[in-house]
Amino acid sequence: MSADVQGETHRELDDMLGTRWRRPPLVQKAWLRWVLLIGFALYLVAAISSVEVSWARVYEGLDRGAAFIMAFSQPDFLSRSDAIWNGMLESIVMTVASSVVGILISIPIALGAARNIAPLPVYLICRGIIAVSRALQEIIVAILLVAIFGFGPLAGFLTLSFATIGFLSKLLAEDIESMDRSQAEAIRATGARWSQWIDYGVKPQIIPRLIGLSIYRIDINFRESAILGLVGAGGIGATLNTAFDRYEYDTAAAILLLIIGIVMALEYISGIIRARVQ
Amino acid sequence: MPVTDTSQGPVWRLRNRRETLKRWFGWLLGIAIFLWCWARISEATTWFFVWDAPRIAGDILDRATPPRWSYMDNLWVPIWDTLNIATLGTIGALILAVPTAFLAARNTTPSRLFIRPIALLIIVATRSINSLIWALLLIAIIGPGVFAGIIAIAIRSIGFCAKLLYEAIEEIDHSQVEAITATGASRWQVMVYGIVPQIMPAFAGIAVFRWDINIRESTVLGLVGAGGIGLQLQASLNTLAWPQVSLILLVILAAVVISEWVSAKVRGAII
Repeated sequence: MSADVQGETHRELDDMLGTRWRRPPLVQKAWLRWVLLIGFALYLVAAISSVEVSWARVYEGLDRGAAFIMAFSQPDFLSRSDAIWNGMLESIVMTVASSVVGILISIPIALGAARNIAPLPVYLICRGIIAVSRALQEIIVAILLVAIFGFGPLAGFLTLSFATIGFLSKLLAEDIESMDRSQAEAIRATGARWSQWIDYGVKPQIIPRLIGLSIYRIDINFRESAILGLVGAGGIGATLNTAFDRYEYDTAAAILLLIIGIVMALEYISGIIRARVQ
Repeated sequence: MPVTDTSQGPVWRLRNRRETLKRWFGWLLGIAIFLWCWARISEATTWFFVWDAPRIAGDILDRATPPRWSYMDNLWVPIWDTLNIATLGTIGALILAVPTAFLAARNTTPSRLFIRPIALLIIVATRSINSLIWALLLIAIIGPGVFAGIIAIAIRSIGFCAKLLYEAIEEIDHSQVEAITATGASRWQVMVYGIVPQIMPAFAGIAVFRWDINIRESTVLGLVGAGGIGLQLQASLNTLAWPQVSLILLVILAAVVISEWVSAKVRGAII
């Protein structure tokens, strides 16, 4: 067997003798490579020619762009400090509340969406919920919920909870499906009830992953809560939108710096916690 | 009998008194924070509207069905624009992300002390601000339109692409790089023959993955005026033309599903 393989490689090497070595291309089939390249080039030409850019307007805007970049060197945290503080607090409140509720709801759905735990009908329903939640973007859900529940943080809270369910349940369900079956079976062999089986056989295996994912989701929820205000669903986004509309770039820069700072801090903390639980 | 997770794995024992108290206080604090947050949300909510919500939702659903299929004629150009925003934005982002990634990776950066932190700062800053906010900002600077959308998507995607790419660069097999260096290759030749072939599959995967996300994001950029199908959505919402809204939402849903399918297929072919 191995002699055969070696013979093959020898023949290939013989064929290659005397020819110049060329880097192997990413796409192996030559015709497919050319079709992709030419198709992509044609698309690029069509796309770029259909984008209308008024360079005069862009040129005019460069001054404002420079003013905005300058504003980052002297952000104005003070003159609108009340609005910034309230907006930030609302964003954080929405993040915390929606993460808690979203995580609590997504655990049973994750259990239902794992094929090795749930029967087929439950599985299909839970997978359906996950698919709907993942296909609809936060901002569109927020628009609909604002239309239904009125302006304010409740719509934002519901939006983020809904988005959390799709994200967390899917990843958690995948983790449950790939868990170690022998541990779960050992618990079952002791004659445990279903709830005991979940509690002692499944839960210990997925808790580290659940904590890691939850913290990651809190991070995402904060970032998303910063834009929900654009459609009236509460949070810092409304303040930011107002600052842009009034060309108060120094205030806008202050808000953006705060968002970046909080996201960086969250990422740092979540990195530490995830490293500790895993 | 509860399970405690220690560094040696789960241990079967009852917690000691101190531990139990600590946990109990932790839960108390967590629940108190949650209740306080809920109280603040509840304070800012007009509950009358919420009790009325089922009726409103039914009313909207009633108005939105059936979708106004004839409006589809007005949507083909916005769909094309949306596709362009996502694709050209992704290309722009990749062009900017590749040098950023090489500057940020520990093994290729020219200076760990000065240049690497700057590259990392670019990555964090562009990643943490949503494309809608970038669009808002760019519209104030260069005016509304597809162009602002492309730039917004491009800037927003730099951080994502560069982060994944620099992690791929840091994980390359060093012996290949050393082999190329041993032939007497210059810095650029090492890059082209030693590093690039190793990260090419990761690069292609990242590009398609981000393109998929960008299709999603570009469908809503129009809400703030940055072109694409979101403009039509905003216009229909403003005029309360619910049959058009439902049609546009269906189109967006289809676009998201198709782009996810394409990206999954392409990534499957690469890996």
